[in-house]
Amino acid sequence: MDIYAGELPALIALAGGLNWTVGFLTTVAILGILVLGLNIQWGYTGTINFGVVAFFMVGAYTSAVLTLDPPREFESYVGGLELPVPVGWLGAMLAGAVLALAVGLPTLRLRDDFLAIATIGIATILRSIANTQEGLVNRARGLNGIPRPLQQQASDAGLDYDWVLLAIAALVLLAVYLVVHHATASPWGRVLRAIRENEETARSVGKPTANYRVQSFVLGGVVMALAGAIWAHRTGTVAPDAFDNFFTFLVWTMLIVGGSGNNRGAVLGALAVGLVWFGIPLVQEDLPDALGTRVFQVRQMLIGLMIVLFLLLRPQGLLPEEKTVSRHLRAGGRRQTRWPLFTRRRPGG
Amino acid sequence: MSTLLEVSGLVKRFGGHHAVDGATFAVAEGSITGLIGPNGAGKTTCFNCIAGSLSPDDGRISFAGEEITGLPPNAIFRRGLTRTFQIPQEFAAMSVLENLMLVPLGQAGENLWESWLRPRRVAVQEREIAERARATLALVELDGQAQQYAGNLSGGQRKLLELARALMSEPRLILVDEPSAGVNPTLTLRLLELIRSLCESRDITFLVIAHDMDLIARLCESLVVMTGGRVLTEGDPRSVLEDRRVQEAYLGSQYR
Ligand SMILES: Nc1ncnc2c1ncn2[C@@H]1O[C@H](COP(=O)(O)OP(=O)(O)OP(=O)(O)O)[C@@H](O)[C@H]1O
Ligand SMILES: [Mg+2]
Repeated sequence: MDIYAGELPALIALAGGLNWTVGFLTTVAILGILVLGLNIQWGYTGTINFGVVAFFMVGAYTSAVLTLDPPREFESYVGGLELPVPVGWLGAMLAGAVLALAVGLPTLRLRDDFLAIATIGIATILRSIANTQEGLVNRARGLNGIPRPLQQQASDAGLDYDWVLLAIAALVLLAVYLVVHHATASPWGRVLRAIRENEETARSVGKPTANYRVQSFVLGGVVMALAGAIWAHRTGTVAPDAFDNFFTFLVWTMLIVGGSGNNRGAVLGALAVGLVWFGIPLVQEDLPDALGTRVFQVRQMLIGLMIVLFLLLRPQGLLPEEKTVSRHLRAGGRRQTRWPLFTRRRPGG
Repeated sequence: MSTLLEVSGLVKRFGGHHAVDGATFAVAEGSITGLIGPNGAGKTTCFNCIAGSLSPDDGRISFAGEEITGLPPNAIFRRGLTRTFQIPQEFAAMSVLENLMLVPLGQAGENLWESWLRPRRVAVQEREIAERARATLALVELDGQAQQYAGNLSGGQRKLLELARALMSEPRLILVDEPSAGVNPTLTLRLLELIRSLCESRDITFLVIAHDMDLIARLCESLVVMTGGRVLTEGDPRSVLEDRRVQEAYLGSQYR
């Protein structure tokens, strides 16, 4: 079993070939961004968000309607403003912030479980609005022809567009990682962890904890919406049914498997769980018949199994969180940071 | 000496039970005042009301001349009133050092924008705060545990961490709930000296809950005795401890 698990990535990559691998890595990069967003909320602050897919969806739709052409015959949606793609992404991030405030402000001051319950509902509500509200986002038919960034330039330069997409997704992932790392490995992140550990005591040492919870929820929501926006422009099409609640569960599994509270763990989790999720169908023929014929049920079960096994046997995930929150205290932390983004770190530090 | 903390007619009920039932007392600025009384007298509940963890059902609390009744704990802390918990409340999955470093007010790095725009300032502050935290840990002999998870400390060490954390702010008044519970006798003596010297050198006023009569007699200049949610008497330790009502409250009526 162990050997088989070890061979799995190679087997899957081989079965899928280069094109599949490039597409897979693009997907992993986008999911990695999403998991980084959840990590701010759950990993650092202990805020439960069961509506991850809602933020992803809002980001995808917002960027789509901002950048699409105006509706043609038989189509009806708001926007169609033909704005440049980066503007769409900024709009998506803003929409993520608005959604986070709308959900978070009324609930984050109350008990933790209130927010958890509220977030379960929002994805379902948003999906049904998208499906039924005429003239909003073209209902169940979805939005098509969402502009794909740099496509013209890529073909002019004779580049394979899939590789360009991978490069874009990877660069955004890197940028988000650096921003999130800078934000969290800091005194700000220390307040978040204190809230996660013991909110009442954090209040009694002067921290306005509700305020910090909202900040962390909004930052996480912004990051998740950005992931959704990139997704929309990568696939070129969005429709309500793509955003089901299992997706939220998948993202949670990625965080828990990778290591909640660790930003590198979040990205690793996206890769590890993504490999199972997207790879299993490729090796269908190598599986015993009983499993191979039910490969889509099997992979859902495997995700469930992974989350249970990790929670029981390795709750800290593949990469546990760092003991010390503030990067200023870690090995080499005495050195001055010259520019906020590029803090030099020692390997393993 | 002027009055720093004034509690009047404080009431806190849990269901029908009056945990604090009209307690009235004052703490003089610069003093070390003891708050004593049998188990269940309402001492900790008083602390919770003063520090804002619970909102009182009735009564007034004023600190440094301003009313603070019902303010949230973070607002009260910002006015210079801090407290320790009877049952230690550490941030378990954080290092002992960062448990302390969390506390100081005005950290630039706690604000996302400042943390982006002024990384230098954040780095310098972090260094200063880390040094202060180490020095404070040394006061309670926890410097060897600085890098441990606070959740891994022993019961007594957690009590010491509580006190050390309170010292990391620059408080005018510290409410200390049973500082010596579970702490070894030698270290208890040191804590006693520490509280004394902080009171003198840093002008910190202390209100201390304790059951150890010896400690109280040595430490406090003034005592408040509570039973059944009310203040039985207050005054200088000698006369209070000789008071027959106090002895009864503590030892029971058979000694009457
Ligand atoms: N959160 C609560 N809910 C219900 N009852 C409470 C609560 N907190 C305290 N009480 C009750 O209020 C009374 C006073 O409790 P408190 O903790 O203030 O006593 P104390 O004087 O600190 O005692 P000790 O010396 O044992 O610490 C007790 O009868 C206790 O059971
Ligand atoms: Mg008590």
